[in-house]
Amino acid sequence: MELKRILEKYPKRQDCLIDVLLDVQNTKSTRHLTEVELARVSEHLGLPESHVFSVVSFYSFFSMTPRGKHILQVCRDVPCYLNDTFNVHETLESMLGIKTGDTTEDGLFTLEYSSCLGCCDQAPVMRVNDTVYGNLTPDKLRAIISECRSDDDA
Amino acid sequence: MPIKTREDLMQLKAQLPDETSYRMTILLCGGTSCLSSESDIIDEMLREKIEKNHLENEVNLVKVGCLRFCGEGPIMFISPDDIAYVRLTIKDVSDIFEQHILRGHIVDRLLYVDGAQNKTVPAPKDMDFFKKQQRIALRNVGDIDPRSIEAYVAREGYEALRRCISDMRADEVINVVRKSGLRGRGGGGFPTGLKWAYTASVKSDEKYVICNADEGDPGAFMDRSIIEGDPHSLVEAMIIAGYANGASEGHIYIRAEYAISIEPLRLAIDKAREHGFLGTHIFGSEFSFDIHIKLGAGAFVCGEETALIRSMEGHRGEPDKKPPFPSESGFRGKPTSVNNVETYVNIPAIILRGADWFASIGTERSKGTKVFALAGQLRNIGLVEVPMGTTFREIIYDIGGGHPEGKQIKAVQIGGPSGGVITEDFFDTPIDYDSLIAIGAMMGSGGMIVMDEDSDMVEIAKFYLDFTQDESCGKCTPCRIGTKRMYEILERLTAMEGDPQDLERLETLGENIKNASLCGLGQTAPNPVLSTMKFFREEYEAYAYRTKRTSYLIDGKQCIGCTKCARVCPVDCIAGKVREVHTINENDCIACGACYDACPTNAIVKP
Ligand SMILES: Cc1cc2nc3c(=O)[nH]c(=O)nc-3n(C[C@H](O)[C@H](O)[C@H](O)COP(=O)(O)O)c2cc1C
Ligand code: FES
Repeated sequence: MELKRILEKYPKRQDCLIDVLLDVQNTKSTRHLTEVELARVSEHLGLPESHVFSVVSFYSFFSMTPRGKHILQVCRDVPCYLNDTFNVHETLESMLGIKTGDTTEDGLFTLEYSSCLGCCDQAPVMRVNDTVYGNLTPDKLRAIISECRSDDDA
Repeated sequence: MPIKTREDLMQLKAQLPDETSYRMTILLCGGTSCLSSESDIIDEMLREKIEKNHLENEVNLVKVGCLRFCGEGPIMFISPDDIAYVRLTIKDVSDIFEQHILRGHIVDRLLYVDGAQNKTVPAPKDMDFFKKQQRIALRNVGDIDPRSIEAYVAREGYEALRRCISDMRADEVINVVRKSGLRGRGGGGFPTGLKWAYTASVKSDEKYVICNADEGDPGAFMDRSIIEGDPHSLVEAMIIAGYANGASEGHIYIRAEYAISIEPLRLAIDKAREHGFLGTHIFGSEFSFDIHIKLGAGAFVCGEETALIRSMEGHRGEPDKKPPFPSESGFRGKPTSVNNVETYVNIPAIILRGADWFASIGTERSKGTKVFALAGQLRNIGLVEVPMGTTFREIIYDIGGGHPEGKQIKAVQIGGPSGGVITEDFFDTPIDYDSLIAIGAMMGSGGMIVMDEDSDMVEIAKFYLDFTQDESCGKCTPCRIGTKRMYEILERLTAMEGDPQDLERLETLGENIKNASLCGLGQTAPNPVLSTMKFFREEYEAYAYRTKRTSYLIDGKQCIGCTKCARVCPVDCIAGKVREVHTINENDCIACGACYDACPTNAIVKP
């Protein structure tokens, strides 16, 4: 139902493919795309399914696996690396008990890399959904994670 | 009501409350960088206090874009007192309000302290960071409310557009841009006027102008700060470009990571439409133009103009062979001018103040200014805009204040993953397109990353290569496979599993990738490795001959046995009893540096 509403917003033009896909993915709590959705998108825009699939696989913002409610994207560009006082993603891996790229079993967290978030002056930096957190310390990470957890309880 | 004349513009300007009617104006930064601290909440709290005390007509609180001295952010400028408060937190709000706003007392503890000279500098204009700067591209960033079209118009906004449309033919506009000597700020340095002249000369029923806001260069965030802090300048410049190139549609391609920063730009486009700067019959003429925003989806290569166009058309962002250049056959196969954000925002200033004025700034063949984003191990971090021809030394030491702990600065990386390092010997090079090429570097889009004596150049080169091999679009083999092989060699070296021949392999592979790749990504991908190899070969050799230590060490003479290091170690590889010398298990150490930072007595030795 939701999908139909999104598709209707866009003219049937190839130009819109990436916008449609981003829109579909962003409205889902799992922030991922399924094969069924890709088929529907390709049907709507009149594009071969293989084309839609190849586009999805090209861009790092698209995911074909379900992601957690809170997507932690740790910047791993050089300015952040230089000012890293500790290894953010390894610390998060051990706090969450998952590897980068994976999602926790409770479906709460996905750990990913990000390219530069343009907040290099506050390195190390990460983004959690739409919020950017800078000057990270292990304590701050713990606080952010428990805040996300309590958000979920509420 | 659409704006048609100069008088209409004056009227719009008149709607902005007169700043002199306020007792005090406070500029508070609201760029993404500072939002990641607490500037949003500070703004809300302060606004609430002002309203509660009925001071709205006395105190003008403006949330601006980036105030550019990001390392000290969130920042606040107060005029007419000419005071800056830095590194604000929500705890400071009541002091600022009670002391400064109500009583006019300066809150000393919030003033900026120049660490290099160990003195307090209250006025922004006296800070070394701002002294050598000259703002053209950033002329409004941090000075005005990006959400207010009136504020932009009050600074001669849309007057350049009016002049172009009312008083100049398209070819005259192009001539002014050409004479100004403006060159592309996205990295390539191609003369903008020449590009426009090409696009304008091709016959076609439709043409496009595109703004490249992909800003992939890590460490560079000037384009975003313009989009957030002065979006109308970009909108106005693109309309002028549309008029000059003969295009009726403009597109702004923005990297997906910036999706959270584009609200001011969307608003600016809406406002421009509302006032008739976009749409049909602009300034009462026959010229029509509109602007659309297109979001990327996370691919560095999409910053390359042909890949960007492919991506806009709904394809994988793979670059095309040039020629044909986009000027001839670009978006939807039509003539298209692609320009960078910073390039664009110079245009209204050039139209208003003239080509000769612009050409009088900078060097012989690089005119105007360039914005750099200073990052890395430097005291003053933020955005700086300096005339072309300023030296690295001036930027690093005079503006940047040198290393925060006075350590030796070893190298500066510019040009991002396509660029290379510049060492101390070259710090007196004037920064312009040609001098940089002469020393084997390139301008890039303006990231300038400063590295100190502790930086491991091999690790840094590996970092960049990891980035490019990951971002290679895969279309051509030299880039796809070649960068992967180079990365593997670097991994092997840093894992102490390499051999001396690996150095030659890196060089040969690097040269081959540069020569054989399809687009600029591959053609420049080996640069970070090749340039660090040129200047810091001994660091590569230490890995190749396996003489390099990779773990941290504890200096037994300095260690006081405080246990702090052992407590922060994420892999528990530090052993030792209280008040006894601790030791690090070399095999388990992941060289994260946590112990180094925790140690109160500098007993930890870096690898
Ligand atoms: C791999 C690669 C990445 C690029 N990334 C950007 C970018 O992020 N922003 C940009 O403006 N130009 C980028 N460019 C340069 C563009 O291809 C193009 O030259 C530029 O947008 C033209 O605008 P200008 O003349 O105003 O600089 C990139 C080029 C390459 C080869
Ligand atoms: S490098 Fe991490 S935010 Fe720029």
